[in-house]
Amino acid sequence: MKDLLTIQDLFKQYNKNSDPVLKGISLTVKEGEVVVVIGPSGCGKSTLLRCINGLEPVQNGSISLDTQVLTDKTTDWQSIRQKIGMVFQSYDLFPHMTVLDNILLGPLKVQKRKKQDIIPEAEALLTRVGLLDKKDSYPRELSGGQKQRVAIVRALMMKPEIMLFDEVTAALDPEMVREVLDVIMELAKGGMTMMIVTHEMQFAKAVADRILFMDHGEIVESGDPESFFTNPQTERAKQFLNIFSYESTQ
Amino acid sequence: MQDLGIRVLFEGNNFARLMGGLGITIQISLLSVLLSIVLGVLFGVFMTLKNPVTRAISRVYLDFIRIMPQLVLLFIVYFGLTRMFGINLSGEVSAVIVFVLWGTAEMGDLVRGALISIPIHQYESSYALGISKKQTYLYIIIPQTLRRLIPLAINLTTRMIKTTSLIVLIGVVEVLKVGQQIIEANRYTAPDAALWIYGTIFFLYFLTCWPISKLAGYLEKKWKN
Repeated sequence: MKDLLTIQDLFKQYNKNSDPVLKGISLTVKEGEVVVVIGPSGCGKSTLLRCINGLEPVQNGSISLDTQVLTDKTTDWQSIRQKIGMVFQSYDLFPHMTVLDNILLGPLKVQKRKKQDIIPEAEALLTRVGLLDKKDSYPRELSGGQKQRVAIVRALMMKPEIMLFDEVTAALDPEMVREVLDVIMELAKGGMTMMIVTHEMQFAKAVADRILFMDHGEIVESGDPESFFTNPQTERAKQFLNIFSYESTQ
Repeated sequence: MQDLGIRVLFEGNNFARLMGGLGITIQISLLSVLLSIVLGVLFGVFMTLKNPVTRAISRVYLDFIRIMPQLVLLFIVYFGLTRMFGINLSGEVSAVIVFVLWGTAEMGDLVRGALISIPIHQYESSYALGISKKQTYLYIIIPQTLRRLIPLAINLTTRMIKTTSLIVLIGVVEVLKVGQQIIEANRYTAPDAALWIYGTIFFLYFLTCWPISKLAGYLEKKWKN
């Protein structure tokens, strides 16, 4: 499989006097690969995802998607972002629109597609996440898990080449985490290329082709999930995983 | 005491005169509200600018207008300008100027509040879909801002209608002034007319403001997210 996303020596600082958040990140994501990024809070993993779709400016290094370089001054983010689907922690549906209008907005206004052409697609995707009966509801009438599933569908409607998930279950009530993770798992099985930032270790292990462990703005360890979780190579990864195993023995 | 004074209300064209006075009240209010909305939107956007100079200017303006009683502002514009600069403005024009100064400040603050109440995530999740900045404002930010703003702007309208009663003091013949004239003219023949005339004015204000206020409440409820 070819490399889809290539990041080289990415350096990011929020302002001149603060510590850099990303200190020379390099990684590649192959087509169809699922890369899960884990690490302690503040390690820069969310910032990394936000840099990939241009929500954060970077100071140094390069990002390219397929053959397009995203770190040029001339980057046309509007066309790039159609290829990069992103789902955030706070399910940010547009509150004044119905579920259907939320997911049609991008295809209608950005891709200028015809409404009658995309409604079947939208309904098929809503069916896949089990929310077809909610298509005329407003976001306020949905649970957190339902909103997050709609947010995933909204991103998928643009037919992205890669999906970025930024702690999408972190704001959910525990009983709703599963329904969202199931959707992501299904996407992984369908061959979608994904970068996932999560604190759900069991899920990370199950869904990932590769785990990246970040700490203090660096990739400290990278490996297949089986060996990473059973036999981490670095001290920092061991310490981090210990926190989770301690919690699970409580 | 057989004479209840209510007779005065229907004598000659008194009632029509009261309605005419109400017309002046509504005219001045509506003109002020419309100008305030246009200028207030601009002022509100101006207030959200990060520049420290624009921030200071808008802060001073807003505080000055809020601290000053409207009556003082009316006197400054109506009497003060004449004495100081020889500018002779009619009561009506002075009233509109003062209410627009006041309304722009209040409306601007509402606009600012509505704009900053839209979470940054709304912008980001729109940009993440590849939606342009212009389209983001058009389809996502402005519709949400308006939903928050319109009920508040309507409430400001009722406040403005009520506050126009002050302009009686700079000689504008609006509904309250007409009422006073009618009462004065009938002081000897119908000393109890005051209750009836002022009572009628009370109902006129009520009938004007109540539906507006109801509408605001309805919209607020309808658009609650």
